[in-house]
Amino acid sequence: MAAQNKVILYGTWFSPYAKMVEVALKVKGIPYEYVEEDLGNKSPMLLKLNPIHKKVPVLVHNGKAIVESLVIIEYMDETWKTGPRLLPEDPYKRSQFRFWASYMHQVFEALTEVVTTSGEAQEKAVKETFEQLYLLEEGLKGLFPEGIVSSDGEFSNGKLLELVMFSCFGTYEEGLQEVLGIDVIDPEKTPLLFSCISALMEIPALKESCNPHENMVAFLKSYREDALKSATA
Amino acid sequence: MSQVTVLGAWPSPYVYRVIWALKLKGVDYDYVEEDVLHNKSDRLLKYNPVHKKVPVLVHAGKPIAESAVILEYIEETWPQNPLLPKDPHQRALARFWIKFGEDKSAALFGFFMTEGEQQEKATKEGQEQLRILEEQGLGEKKFFGGDEIGMADLEFGWLAWWLDVMSEIAGVKVIDAESFPRLHAWIQRFKDIPAIKEPLPDRSAMLTYFKGRRATFLALAKS
Repeated sequence: MAAQNKVILYGTWFSPYAKMVEVALKVKGIPYEYVEEDLGNKSPMLLKLNPIHKKVPVLVHNGKAIVESLVIIEYMDETWKTGPRLLPEDPYKRSQFRFWASYMHQVFEALTEVVTTSGEAQEKAVKETFEQLYLLEEGLKGLFPEGIVSSDGEFSNGKLLELVMFSCFGTYEEGLQEVLGIDVIDPEKTPLLFSCISALMEIPALKESCNPHENMVAFLKSYREDALKSATA
Repeated sequence: MSQVTVLGAWPSPYVYRVIWALKLKGVDYDYVEEDVLHNKSDRLLKYNPVHKKVPVLVHAGKPIAESAVILEYIEETWPQNPLLPKDPHQRALARFWIKFGEDKSAALFGFFMTEGEQQEKATKEGQEQLRILEEQGLGEKKFFGGDEIGMADLEFGWLAWWLDVMSEIAGVKVIDAESFPRLHAWIQRFKDIPAIKEPLPDRSAMLTYFKGRRATFLALAKS
């Protein structure tokens, strides 16, 4: 492959932000090289590419680094004009996609609170998460009155929100159910979100990008244990 | 009556990002003041049910919340006097710094919400982020946007007017000409732009308002 148009994604298997970018590359049909980073032992290359935040994902295109997952998404739509759009064409719809993508990331952050706490603190975090999920459900209902995923299983216009849903909630749902005993995406509480994510998880390109269940469970268990240990230390 | 309405609160730097963008692009708008501290209007709660905050931009009846999202919409809808560069990588850099400003908000404002030893620590943390901003965000450029101001300049516009008031009230010097020469020079250039200067809120009104806010923050921290 020529150096021209060379794409490298630095990620971590359990990062929903890296996962979203990776699936976006797949959906747009952009060939890329993937480099797995060990966040406990970050490579000198990662530290050079993202010296300020030292985080994944980092997309390197033609030798230039782009960081922040949603910034990468914008860059991808602006740079690769073939393949499905990540953001819709209409400026108002784009603003709604940007708003809700960012909000979904916020909800994911609230979810990590649930994973890393117990007792009263966890109850509070759970309550907040469900409050936010409810607001998300209402927002998505307004944005997609006919539902998001069309009947033939293919993505509808502007893939971003589906990719965020998949990476932040879809890939985590089963693991969270097993480790926390909580149905985060509850068909009764958030039916639209539930049906969208269920449909997304059936799409082959996404299904094959899911992390193996045992790995997610092991990861969540140890992440939770470490957090609870350091909280009481 | 304009097609564009801004729901805002006069002391909020977030609101000015939107006002500045509209003024720089010569877009007419109606402004509606919201009493965000004591009495949010039904209209605000309807237009921004998720965060219940200002600014909200309403264009032809359709609301948009979150200043970063609003700025992108303004840029796309009124492309004159562009606030983002054309090159995708340069655009990504501008967006990076805007996100940096959002993410580091707590660190940057920490000095204002604290006192004593905590304030010393918070001020240092804020200055560390400002150091990164000055050296890597601004560098040798005239503006964050390059030769002309851009979206990232609007993101950090609060440094040009609010920081000074807040520093005075909190009794700390966060930046000055010696310690942050490039940011300091940028502040003077930024404030000189008519579209930026014209809407700025009255300094003594700000002093009164933010004194009250600091008192509230400190009381909350104690409880």
